[in-house]
Amino acid sequence: MLNSAYLDEVRDPLLIAEDWMKNGKDVAIATVVETWGSAPRQAGSHLVIDAEGNFQGSVSGGCVEGAVVAEALDVIGSGKARMLEFGVADETAWQVGLSCGGRIKVYVERLG
Amino acid sequence: MDPYVLKTLNAERRARRAAVLVTDLGDGRDRVVREGDTVAGDLGAAIERAFRTGLSGSVETEGRSFFLNAHLPQPRLVVIGAVHISQALAPMARIAGYPVEIVDPRTAFATPDRFPDMPLHAEWPQDVLARQPLDGYTALAAVTHDPKIDDFALKAALDARCFYVGALGSRKTHAKRVERLLALGVGADDIARIHSPIGVDIGAASPAEIAVAVLAEVINAFRSRGLQRKGKAA
Repeated sequence: MLNSAYLDEVRDPLLIAEDWMKNGKDVAIATVVETWGSAPRQAGSHLVIDAEGNFQGSVSGGCVEGAVVAEALDVIGSGKARMLEFGVADETAWQVGLSCGGRIKVYVERLG
Repeated sequence: MDPYVLKTLNAERRARRAAVLVTDLGDGRDRVVREGDTVAGDLGAAIERAFRTGLSGSVETEGRSFFLNAHLPQPRLVVIGAVHISQALAPMARIAGYPVEIVDPRTAFATPDRFPDMPLHAEWPQDVLARQPLDGYTALAAVTHDPKIDDFALKAALDARCFYVGALGSRKTHAKRVERLLALGVGADDIARIHSPIGVDIGAASPAEIAVAVLAEVINAFRSRGLQRKGKAA
């Protein structure tokens, strides 16, 4: 195995984002920047989204990805980064269901 | 994220080099910091911590908020010797999150039957390591007991600054090994980095128990990397 063998070229969100970019797509990158309590993905985890709403990676166990993708499409359009917060205290988050009971902060930015 | 920053970060990750992506959450500017780069102040201290622990997180300093995303290469373990200990060590290490490769030129030992589903090289370490160089995020355990096979790999591991270098053998065996490595031009400081007798002292007797002792030593070496460096500098 070569040195790079432990990067998953097929599923690694940052490699996918670079690949999408090279193919001329508009891309947003979402990153978990803070977690409190029981959170499914640790800080640093990524979800990458293209302008058609295709996404790879995760920022939770599938609970809030839909909401993040929707916000990401706005971010791709405006170019302005956003900080999102999800938690059980937040009604929206409850609806999209971070059922583990934790809270997470997700930074969404456009690539380029 | 700046496209150039993403390309740089991915290139570092592909090359198995540690990097921290620093993002200013206020204005969105980002940059890649490589291990060993100097960054001043509280931010520099936080970056150093991220390199040591591999943990990502936010840091507030100078009235700004930064996110530090630590990208450390996956640690891995190269075992020289397809012996009984390795048969236990390889699956244990893999479960613990340290992928393993086995190298042993003795084709009677290095067989898929003895090591099912394990990357296995029935070749001399010289040949394998020329193709797949060791690095600072690799641990190397030499357990053949045969200087012809172990010595070159040990020297290569010390030269590549592997985070762990261990060698099987009694104190007497190791004393002879030290003489041979000195003769090969390896420095005494480097030789002192070799863990021998191998493994933490848990009174291990069977090959599988020795494997547990070696794996514990590898994990300890990985989790205390930065701390050891600091200790030496002080």
